Amino acid sequence: MPEEQSIDIQKVANLARIALTDEEKSKLSGQLDSILGYINKLNELDTSNVDPTAHPHSVFNVWREDKAEGELPIEEALKNVPEQRQNMIVVPKVVE
Amino acid sequence: MEYEAVIGLEVHVQIKTESKIFSGCRAGYGYEPNELVDPVVLGLPGALPVMNKAALDGIIKAGLAFKCTVPDWCKWDRKNYFYPDSPNNYQITQYDQPICQGGEVEIELSGDSRAEMGEHKSIKLTRIHLENDVGKLNHFADDSLVDYNRAFTPLMEIVSEPDMHSGEEAFAFLTSIRQTMIYCGVSDCDMEKGQMRADANISVRPIGETTLGAKIELKNLNSITGVKNGIEYEIKRQIRELKKGNSITQATWRWNADLGRTELMREKEDAHDYRYFPDPDLLPVRIDDEWRKRIQAEIPELPFEKQRRFMEEYDLPYTITSVLIPDRALSEFFEEAAKKEPASAKAIGNYVTNDLLRELAESGRTLADCKITPSHLLSLVEAVDKGTITKQIAKDVFVEMFQMGELAGEIIERKGLKPDFDDDQVKAWCREAIDENPKPVEDFRSGNDKALNALLGQVMKKSRGKANPQSVNQVLRELLN
Amino acid sequence: MGEELQFKTAGELSDLLKGGSVSSVEIVQAFIDRVESVDDRVRAFNSYDAEDALAQARASDERRAKAERLGELDGIPVGLKDNLAVKGQPLTCSSKILESFVSPYDGTCIQKLKANGAILWGRLNMDEFAMGSSTENSGTHTTSNPWDLDRIPGGSSGGSAAAVAACETPVALGSDTGGSIRQPASHCGVVGLKPTYGRVSRYGLAAFASSLDQIGPIARNIDDAALLLNAISGYDPHDSTSYKIDVPDFRKAAADDSDRKWTIGLPKEYLEENSDAAAIKPVLDAIEFYKSQGIEFKEISLPHTEYAVATYYIIATAEASSNLARYDGIRYTSRAESFDGKDSIDIYHQSRALGFGEEVKRRVILGTYVLSSGYYDAYYLKAQKCRTLIRSDFERAFESVDAIMTPTSPTPATLKGAHAEDPLAMYLSDIYTISANLAGIPGLSLPCGYVDGLPVGLQVLGKPFKEDEILKLGWIFESAHAYKDHHPSL
Repeated sequence: MPEEQSIDIQKVANLARIALTDEEKSKLSGQLDSILGYINKLNELDTSNVDPTAHPHSVFNVWREDKAEGELPIEEALKNVPEQRQNMIVVPKVVE
Repeated sequence: MEYEAVIGLEVHVQIKTESKIFSGCRAGYGYEPNELVDPVVLGLPGALPVMNKAALDGIIKAGLAFKCTVPDWCKWDRKNYFYPDSPNNYQITQYDQPICQGGEVEIELSGDSRAEMGEHKSIKLTRIHLENDVGKLNHFADDSLVDYNRAFTPLMEIVSEPDMHSGEEAFAFLTSIRQTMIYCGVSDCDMEKGQMRADANISVRPIGETTLGAKIELKNLNSITGVKNGIEYEIKRQIRELKKGNSITQATWRWNADLGRTELMREKEDAHDYRYFPDPDLLPVRIDDEWRKRIQAEIPELPFEKQRRFMEEYDLPYTITSVLIPDRALSEFFEEAAKKEPASAKAIGNYVTNDLLRELAESGRTLADCKITPSHLLSLVEAVDKGTITKQIAKDVFVEMFQMGELAGEIIERKGLKPDFDDDQVKAWCREAIDENPKPVEDFRSGNDKALNALLGQVMKKSRGKANPQSVNQVLRELLN
Repeated sequence: MGEELQFKTAGELSDLLKGGSVSSVEIVQAFIDRVESVDDRVRAFNSYDAEDALAQARASDERRAKAERLGELDGIPVGLKDNLAVKGQPLTCSSKILESFVSPYDGTCIQKLKANGAILWGRLNMDEFAMGSSTENSGTHTTSNPWDLDRIPGGSSGGSAAAVAACETPVALGSDTGGSIRQPASHCGVVGLKPTYGRVSRYGLAAFASSLDQIGPIARNIDDAALLLNAISGYDPHDSTSYKIDVPDFRKAAADDSDRKWTIGLPKEYLEENSDAAAIKPVLDAIEFYKSQGIEFKEISLPHTEYAVATYYIIATAEASSNLARYDGIRYTSRAESFDGKDSIDIYHQSRALGFGEEVKRRVILGTYVLSSGYYDAYYLKAQKCRTLIRSDFERAFESVDAIMTPTSPTPATLKGAHAEDPLAMYLSDIYTISANLAGIPGLSLPCGYVDGLPVGLQVLGKPFKEDEILKLGWIFESAHAYKDHHPSL
């Protein structure tokens, strides 16, 4: 685990699609550095021979049969959409 | 300096299932916008994915058909990125444990002529994995509209090694994938309906060079022909640039089919950070030998295997197999008749690929709902073999069979097509023809073999077309000697 | 009678309904009146629809008149944390980004409650997207602890716990990812149970951390908690992570009188000297009580305890950063009215900036970071391995004990604003509850006394799928004490 690092807040905020003010950035930066410093204590543990826990119970092959079970009626589906046209959701043109 | 192109394809193929890959919502195409949605498909708060077993069966079938290794375990990962067509702003996919590894696709290139089978090659695959498809964005001047009908359709991603070297090979690759998927019942691979999509990675390098050149990712290849044309154009473009002394910068380009050229879409930005991690909502998949065996048993004889066998077992020429093979139902229809009369396989093949297809096209019917069955073909072939009717008349009988559904014998009876004369009569007509046409006789006797056709034509007329041309030919030659 | 209905338990109300001495409409009206009388101070509710509740009550009365009662909860209000999907009702998760969202579907627990005839009652306040331990991170308002209105009710199911404690609903559902049912139950002097991971379906629970979240009951006594757990448990084909296992009758199990010899583990790491003994005195007294009943206690070690908070905050924030990506301002959430830049990607940035509160931003950014390129192995993978070690601690402990007892929280409810500038301190206060979520085991908090007039909770942790055992152990204490009958004066 990286011993001394500081989060590049702007880079991560971009990845997370959250705009931060300069004030927020500097406040968060300090808080997250201290949280990360705390989290680094996991370095004390030797986990070289340990398997990760992906799920609390070892279950596999959970599936359903291929049957159409029903759809949401379109009024319900679009109920919360801020803007719609021709039964489609209007979204800003996002640069590909 | 000569250059060669190195091409890899990423092909997305929708698996044909009744419901979607992680939800019980109906899967389909051509519905009203946002008709095929439910909380999972819309990515609503509290929605959870549940695997569709048929999607797993489908991809295992595809993997085994392409000779992939299907390991004992695979799992699901989240690929995190924001885009309006993605309901959760993450895609459920398989990152480091794909369900199919390796594999290969046999392709057939064009022969020197249409009658000749071209070279067969094997294109290696890297992997095939399963993921959810996303919605469809319709772009307008100032905004875009999203339709989530397509979202969560099961999608296979087939990744090839950079093993192809031309647009033609890419075309053959996609054709082969499509044929195999149709044979297996996994997908119809209709590119117009978005059931198959392809992106190409193209680079060029001097022949003999072993390191790869900078690669261009080419998108917007919306048809199989578009793939071929787009790749060919791009290869030429890159070679032109290099010859000018410019270098190729890794970037994403798009094929503009209307203008017939490729265009820069975006420079290579920082590689996306997808923050892959195992999806905590889904459990791993364990595949045992029994499952693999069961799926393997469902795989039919594949297109090229069938083609090879038809050519060997029935001595069919490529002109016939190249029409039969792409259509599994047609091939099986052919074989049902041919295996009963293997000696007449070629004739049967001809009837199927010429007469039957023509009648189907003209009538708008399908093989399944037309009146012709393999027994009909056999009845026709038998009538010709026995000499009851000529090949020429057989063609008319076929049309009648197609329309009325009667067997050949019934039609021959009904229309009085049997010859109502004997060999002596034929001989008599031949003598008449010889007597009545001195010029062709003279020409024939002086070495013009083709002059016999005029006499033959006369005899055919006298017999109202019912005489057997081969026998008439023989009798005339005997008489003229 | 009508004025006292709100002080009755769900079990008692069910008996009254069965006996015909009271109607569901009377019951619901009593709770509506109670809410109108005290919620101006407690502020447990984000919203409630009195008309709808009464309509549900009338339907219940009609069923009962035809002897067609659906289940034990038929006619009884169940309060709902505002992250549970109910068709036609708001689903805000106490976040501005969902402030206008109305769910078009019912989650599985809700379907089960409807099938039972329960009255779905209100939308209860919470820390935004369940991220917090005080309900101060709510994007709507802060709920007050009914025992002391200047103090936090705990979180993130603060609204649910406060509503039950203040008798605004007989029972409620909450959700627990790192202690969010148990800790507020402890702070508010009520019973809260986090089931084994997979016991209850998560379909319809707005996800925070998928491998840790569970829905569970908050109630005034063990019997009611068991009653609610009966109604909501069971494998669900809509939730791949729900477990195929039989559901016992938890009510029967809790009241079971058989003479079983219990061995309870006391984790030495939990009770080490850095714990404020005065703050957990009622817990220590409770342990003495159990001993007096012939129950054996032994010291156990959970050596990886000190790594639990760090492990949790990596896994939970990573999963949350992905689960909250869907709240993007594009499709069904609040959208920023104006945004600068010609690059429309900006609408994501602005909508999420405006829609998410500070704690949510903090965790989403931390979670995004730990998953980002180059850091996955060091953080997320590492944390999953530490999680295995923590699980093994419990597996080993349960080889020699039936259950484990600990305090639920290191201190009783703190004053509002106490941790405002120190998120890390807030995270560390989850130390006793967090491990149960990492290990996937069930945990119960029940009131066991007071410190300076503030309720203190005893936590009982059990083996996987042994909710019946921890309920039974809780019942042993409860039946000998009167805490369940205490109400804060409001």
